[in-house]
Amino acid sequence: MSFLSVSQVSKAFGGARVVDAVDLSVERGMFFSLLGPSGCGKSTLLRMIAGFETPDHGIITIDGVAMNGVPPNLRPTNMVFQSYAIFPHLNVFDNIAYGLRKSGLSSDELRRKVEAMLATVRLEGLGARAADQLSGGQRQRVALARALVREPKVLLLDEPLGALDKRLREAMQIELRAIQRKVGITFVLVTHDQEEALSLSDRVAVMSGGRILQVASPRELYDRPNCREVADFIGEINFFHATVKEVTESSVTVNGGLLGIVALPKTNVANGITAGDHVLLAIRPEHVGIAPQGLSGTIAAATFLGERSHFHVKIPGRTEPIAVSGQAPAGESVSLEFPPEKLIALPATG
Amino acid sequence: MKNRTLLAYACFYLAFLYLPVLVLPIFSFNNSAFIAFPLTGFTTRWYEALADSALQQALVNSLKVGVVTALLSTLLGLLAAKAVTQYRLRGRGVALGMISLPLFIPDIVLGISLLLLLGTIGLPLSLASVVLGHLLICAPFSLAVLVARFEGFDPNLEEASADLGEDRWMTFWRVTFPLMLPGIIASLLLTFITSFDEFLVAYFLSGTQATLPVYIWSQLRFPARLPMVLALGTIILCVSVVLVVLAEKLRNQGVKKPMVGA
Repeated sequence: MSFLSVSQVSKAFGGARVVDAVDLSVERGMFFSLLGPSGCGKSTLLRMIAGFETPDHGIITIDGVAMNGVPPNLRPTNMVFQSYAIFPHLNVFDNIAYGLRKSGLSSDELRRKVEAMLATVRLEGLGARAADQLSGGQRQRVALARALVREPKVLLLDEPLGALDKRLREAMQIELRAIQRKVGITFVLVTHDQEEALSLSDRVAVMSGGRILQVASPRELYDRPNCREVADFIGEINFFHATVKEVTESSVTVNGGLLGIVALPKTNVANGITAGDHVLLAIRPEHVGIAPQGLSGTIAAATFLGERSHFHVKIPGRTEPIAVSGQAPAGESVSLEFPPEKLIALPATG
Repeated sequence: MKNRTLLAYACFYLAFLYLPVLVLPIFSFNNSAFIAFPLTGFTTRWYEALADSALQQALVNSLKVGVVTALLSTLLGLLAAKAVTQYRLRGRGVALGMISLPLFIPDIVLGISLLLLLGTIGLPLSLASVVLGHLLICAPFSLAVLVARFEGFDPNLEEASADLGEDRWMTFWRVTFPLMLPGIIASLLLTFITSFDEFLVAYFLSGTQATLPVYIWSQLRFPARLPMVLALGTIILCVSVVLVVLAEKLRNQGVKKPMVGA
């Protein structure tokens, strides 16, 4: 059994299923993210792992111990709250030492331990600072230190970077990852920010409507999404409707409409697709090429974003413009090619 | 011109508010049994006359009632305020309204109804019955002060404490109570003064154990005792002012400190 395991966990609030029969397994020492739009049930799932909500069904185990009925104060988890929940009547040192009251440490050991944790989150010398004199980034660090100092088996982070501005958020992402590597504790992060999830995590679970859509490494999630929703949620992507003509050992031939008849490698096709199925062909903007012989269209809009520039191409017979990475070429029209090895086929439904 | 009119108005207003109150200390030091100008000379004998055993008994009664009322009403207010601000309760509005209703019922009605009720169920009139009456009057004050305090309270703070290994009881002592303390003290002071000054309900319910306001009322029948009552009134006035200023200061101090963790 894995280190943190969630099996068939459901939770409803007033009749609405917020978390619906979720299964998850997280290995020890992993940086795991729950990614999804707001209201998808990811925070509720996190709060059930912490013990603040009780699952209606299902079992959560941590390190082999079932957590059903165990109150939050007795769980081997600690949480970094979205609001940070720094105790306003205590200074930084006392905030971090809050959870060590029953640890049986002498006051010297306690001081050393808190100082070490202050150093880990780079708040050296700020122990005496009052809680209301901290900046947003410092509060985030105190919340992290306060949870980490208890050496939990699983650290839960509820949108910990959401309240920070963009530059600080990016700096904290790098730091968070470094701290996780250093302490070796299993992190479970909840976020709606796909870039954050992809850049931080070893594995990501994409959630929607209370269900897990896909659990995979960031790379896999980006290159091989298993359904339209995941593909759409993680970065930009272009879709084409297509029908499967033939499935062989190594390749799948589809009729891609505007794209014509295309043969995809079998590895690019979702499992369970057979001849005659209606599928979606998907391709990332950076894989769409510009070629003299291809599908021609007119440049509808170009957005300059430095190295992340992209442009949209309007193609006759298709309402949705096609997103292409890079600088738009000179002129009004352009012809595009779609390398078959970069196309992926997803089930058209679901 | 306009400013001067406004200034005159403000002066008149303040005089109207505070001159009657000033009469009290002035005549309490006046060396005459008659409350009339001109003043005849300075004396402290009315203050010396306060060393009267019946009066001291009334003072002790009032202190007892005030302290017990303040403690009980603050405790009730604390629980009610926590309930209405932190839990999604059905009938929250109704409950709040019912608790606040005694604020709008005339004290004399309250006094008579309580007297009838106690008589019907056969409870003897005592200081305990005064406490019951005062609880009705004071609980809305406690609730108002404490609800305001709880509304700025981030419920995540209590969750964070639980998450960091503390049970509900220790969470209350280490987080909730210290953060609520300014509100609790303000509520204690406010309800104590309200109870200490209250006359009507105490008059109906105190039976043979007079509280201070009831005792003062009884003394007004003897003109010779009037200056002594003025002396007493002066002392109560001073203590009340000090307590109210203290309570307001604590309440404001609480408001200035941010209570949310964000």
